[in-house]
Amino acid sequence: MWFRFLSRRLLQLIPVLIGVSFIVFFTMRLTPGDPIEHMLGQAGRVTPQQVDELRSYYGLDRPLAVQYWMFLRHAAGGDFGMSYSHHGRPVSEVVLERVPATVELTLFAFLLALGFAIPAGILAALRPQGIYDRTTTLGALLGISLPGFWLGIVLMILFGLRLHWLPISGRIALGLAPETITGLDSLDALLTGNMPAFWSALQHLLLPGLVLAAPMAAMVMRMLRSSMIGVLQQDYVQFARAKGLPETVVVGKHALRNAVGPTINVVALQTGLLLSGNMIIETVFQYPGLGKLAVDGIGAADYPLVQAVVLIYAVSYVGLNLAADILQTALDPKLRTGGSYGAVAGR
Amino acid sequence: MAQSLADNRPDEGRADARLGTMRLLVGNRVALASGVLILVFLAMGLFAPWLAPHDPNQQHPDAIRAAPAWQSGGNSTFLLGTDGLGRDLLSRIIYGARVSIALGVAVVLLTMVVGSGLGLLAGYFGGWLDGVLSRVVDSLLAFPFLVLALAVMAATGPDLAALVLALAFKGWVDFYRVSRGDALAARQADYVMAARGLGASTPHLLLCEILPNIVPPIIVLAALRMATIIIAEASLSFLGIGVPPSIPAWGTMVADGRADIATAWWIATFPGLAILLLVLSVNLLGEGLRDALDPRMSL
Repeated sequence: MWFRFLSRRLLQLIPVLIGVSFIVFFTMRLTPGDPIEHMLGQAGRVTPQQVDELRSYYGLDRPLAVQYWMFLRHAAGGDFGMSYSHHGRPVSEVVLERVPATVELTLFAFLLALGFAIPAGILAALRPQGIYDRTTTLGALLGISLPGFWLGIVLMILFGLRLHWLPISGRIALGLAPETITGLDSLDALLTGNMPAFWSALQHLLLPGLVLAAPMAAMVMRMLRSSMIGVLQQDYVQFARAKGLPETVVVGKHALRNAVGPTINVVALQTGLLLSGNMIIETVFQYPGLGKLAVDGIGAADYPLVQAVVLIYAVSYVGLNLAADILQTALDPKLRTGGSYGAVAGR
Repeated sequence: MAQSLADNRPDEGRADARLGTMRLLVGNRVALASGVLILVFLAMGLFAPWLAPHDPNQQHPDAIRAAPAWQSGGNSTFLLGTDGLGRDLLSRIIYGARVSIALGVAVVLLTMVVGSGLGLLAGYFGGWLDGVLSRVVDSLLAFPFLVLALAVMAATGPDLAALVLALAFKGWVDFYRVSRGDALAARQADYVMAARGLGASTPHLLLCEILPNIVPPIIVLAALRMATIIIAEASLSFLGIGVPPSIPAWGTMVADGRADIATAWWIATFPGLAILLLVLSVNLLGEGLRDALDPRMSL
């Protein structure tokens, strides 16, 4: 059963990934003007012959369909061409350097969001319309209405510049970078027992992580709250209570397990949105990750670079949603046999 | 989304719901207040030339980074202070309402019409049209919304028309999914069968029988999408690839103030507050509408 479910889901990914590559490739071709001219913008004098040579070097003189095919073939092998702005280094190399920083920030925000949303959502569901519920509901509404880039700046002013509690940019204090094991500074510092580095990495993560986590925490909390309210009214919950089970077991085991299903999709969706949040938040906090790389790449008209980062974001997003479907199916075997994927992904 | 909830609620007839909509909405004081606030922003945008104390792009070289009037060093000529070029912040915020609201409305209308139109057709006719559109939708769903808009704007550079298209690029998908699902269900519904039996034409069935039934969820979705679009537009403008720099926009203003946060906190702070207030009101109104029109969807 699992095999059929998984193979069906993986097969469904093929047209999606082709569509994604198609969109990424042709979006980048919307660029007015000639990429070579963009590239040579600051390069000074070049002969038309040199321009032609460059154009054929990058394959830009071939028909679009051929270019797309080349892009697809190279991208499948992890080759995204040469970056225009990083001294002609391979895009894959430039991008890979930045992945750990973004993974670290995203993971941190993810844990922060769930660490807040799960208890908050459960507590709010216990007394709907109570004072605590109303306060968190209002907080959640603020969480989805605050523009992240602005919240980041306000927190920078408050905690960085006024109170001097936290650093306002970068990833770790100068000279404190730990030995690289995983590439995630905080984890590496912990693994090598380098407490000052761990502390510094954590301080640098806190503000961007908070800002990134806010909308996710809000959405997950609301979803969990509403499905918990629904589940807590079910007969089996009443029955568990009537059996005399302690409330913590009733809520934590019987109710939560059944309420978590619809929440998983929201978690996946919101984790995907952490990715787009990265672009903004990393730029605000000058945090050296993928998002900032892409935004800087836009400024430098470095299309191969932007293309690669956008593709990575899309593929991770697809992967996250797949993971959510699998997790949800594991929790609810009913979904495995019957309905289509659409029924699972009711997002 | 909240299917588990839907099962527990008594299924009230939609006709009843519609009758009570206005009463519910007006009775919801929070939604009413946010509606009023939205009207204030709308008036700000519409009457900006009369309301703004200064030309939003005029630079006052003698009053660069002037503090807000109530702070030391502030003066009453520039109520909210001035930015790094000596432009009046209040006037720029008033003018900024224009682009936020106009773009939000344009994008939402465009995505609503395209998305629900295509969804209606795909759901009703099915077949190859549904097949093709579903593939397109699946591919678009693979992108986080802002990433896709960013990719388009990265290629075109700051431009209003491109911005509308970039924000609409994926935005129509939500409307498509809602209306497709409802049209699919309606195809076999008794009232549609009855109308067909009476000899109604397909356009009549689509526009006069099915469409009115999918309007409430579409309206709710439109209101909630509006909030997302306003934030997305401001975020892109903040990154310098949204609204062209010559037009006062809240996102751009926050970016302008970023370099000065150590010395002039007000430049980045006030335009962001305007975004927050508008988005919060739109969200609150959207939720009020949802409770009134389509209680099945509420969280």
